[in-house]
Amino acid sequence: MSDHAARAAEFVADQSRMHWHDQAVWFIRSKRDVARSFVPEWEELRSLGSQIKAHTLSRLPDYLEEFEKNAVAAGARVHWARDADEHNRIVHGILRDHGVARLVKSKSMLTEECHLNEYLEEHGVEVVDTDLGERIVQFRREPPSHIVMPAIHLKKEEIGELFHHKLGTPVGLADPKQLAEAARGHLREKFLGAQAGLTGVNFAIASTGSVVVCTNEGNADLGTSLPPIHIACMGVEKIVPSPSELAVFLRLLARSATGQPITTYTSHFQGPRPGAEMHIVIVDHGRSRILAREEYRNSLKCIRCGACMNTCPVYRRSGGHSYGVTVAGPIGSVLAPHIDPKKHADLPFASSLCGSCTDVCPVRIDLHHQLLTWRGELASLGLVPLHKRVVSRVGAWLLARTWAYRIFGKLLRVFAPHIPNPWTRQRDLPPMPRESFRAQWRKRVRPR
Amino acid sequence: MSARDEILKALRAAAAAPAPLPDLARVKAVQYPDLPERFARSVIEVGGRCVLVEGPLEDALGAIPEYAAARKVVSLVPGVRKANVDLASVSDPHDLNDVDFCVLPAEVGVAESGACWIVQHGGPNRAAAFLTQHLAVVVRVDALVHNLHEAYARVAIPSPGFAMWLSGPSKTADIEQALVIGAHGARSCTVLVTS
Repeated sequence: MSDHAARAAEFVADQSRMHWHDQAVWFIRSKRDVARSFVPEWEELRSLGSQIKAHTLSRLPDYLEEFEKNAVAAGARVHWARDADEHNRIVHGILRDHGVARLVKSKSMLTEECHLNEYLEEHGVEVVDTDLGERIVQFRREPPSHIVMPAIHLKKEEIGELFHHKLGTPVGLADPKQLAEAARGHLREKFLGAQAGLTGVNFAIASTGSVVVCTNEGNADLGTSLPPIHIACMGVEKIVPSPSELAVFLRLLARSATGQPITTYTSHFQGPRPGAEMHIVIVDHGRSRILAREEYRNSLKCIRCGACMNTCPVYRRSGGHSYGVTVAGPIGSVLAPHIDPKKHADLPFASSLCGSCTDVCPVRIDLHHQLLTWRGELASLGLVPLHKRVVSRVGAWLLARTWAYRIFGKLLRVFAPHIPNPWTRQRDLPPMPRESFRAQWRKRVRPR
Repeated sequence: MSARDEILKALRAAAAAPAPLPDLARVKAVQYPDLPERFARSVIEVGGRCVLVEGPLEDALGAIPEYAAARKVVSLVPGVRKANVDLASVSDPHDLNDVDFCVLPAEVGVAESGACWIVQHGGPNRAAAFLTQHLAVVVRVDALVHNLHEAYARVAIPSPGFAMWLSGPSKTADIEQALVIGAHGARSCTVLVTS
């Protein structure tokens, strides 16, 4: 199996495309900065968001029970799933019991994580992702490359060609407005024909039992206001105590994600429509294991805004697919090894540890510290490749001995330009100084 | 043991030491000296139109080209002249697919984001807000607040029921970051601020 570095190498092989992707993603980060600048209390909001999440995580079972009680009182049915398999079986069971053959979905990273689409398709259910970006990647039979902008890796010409084959748009049509219009017509038919609608959950309010779903397109709303069944799938960590706390997260989420002050639709579903059914599936799938690990617990605060990806120099230049997991970027690299440390041992190394992710995170997750902690843990599990272990060992040995460090420095100043070095594949090595820092400093402090 | 009990047990065993819930009353959230104007600017920034209505509501609606051209009009605001769909007689929301224009009342408008709080108590009318080609939202000037903290202090989610923050028309930027208005829902959204 290839690792992140190998998959990233494929992505960067096309240099102009890599630069295009880098700029496209950075553009979103810049919009976030502008949006943030209009909120003078931004840094306080981030702290509050982090504290509310810390509180909620410390009382998660109590809040989940409160949420369940209120959701049931409003007429919803609540299901619990220990893992992805159980989640998929529950959703399929609901659909089977109602004879549903056509399902429309709005964005849910949880169902991506559980590979629900594949499961339902194997059982004969037509699943249509209705977020435009998700529909595009679904047509291509590939996973989203970004949690907020699933098709950010594609150019409009590629989408135009795809739509020509799938939707019959004219050859060569690449105007985003016309392509979106074609998708609108196609998906409107799917909404009208659906027998059930499935949504993710951005927030679940304990004090009211409502689930809150944020979209810009309105697809979650169309998907739930037409068919008679609404299924909402949520991870256990989505709980907020009450609407007052929700205000903090809604102010942070869209600004961090896309630079908008709030998403176009922020929908609060409290129980089903009259004559309809609402099912809420609460999923653990490894989250209780993360909660038990103090050093990684903060990663459960994540509200899935994608800001850490947009700012990450590695994500921007390697693309979301290079991570090989549903949630890419820094937060994905912290979460994935919990599910399978061996399979995802490469991800905590897909980072320069520059800390930019930690700086933009709206709930102050210590992302780059967690990445570093994972590296240590993976090494102790014997899951780090030999060359990385050797370099680390030698480095640790050298840095602990002044005399060795001096000799090594002297050798490097002479030989570094002649040693084959992957770092210099796309960059020039700066000229080596003639003297060590130590020697230069001595001259400055005690001039002749 | 049931999945529910097993999950709750695992979470209970894993939970950290209690952390206090922060006091949100101390948040000094953004305030604007010119509340209606700031609200209008925010609505425009999220792709909508905003009119500070001085005369009759019907005149303001009539000035919206999409309203003037609309054939099938749903209104949850009483007294709208062109409204010609009796929602009480609609039993299937699919019948609202050809709605051209929908007028919705909002309980609160938020200046920092241009978002309006729209409550729907059920029935098929929820679908009208999303199926319609164009939208108008009517909000009273004294229902405007500065920020979302103040807003949530004023509203309640109906139980059972549905409520949403709506800010501007439906939109997407999923194709090369190009902003396209009118993804699945309303292609235009005009907010009318009445006194």
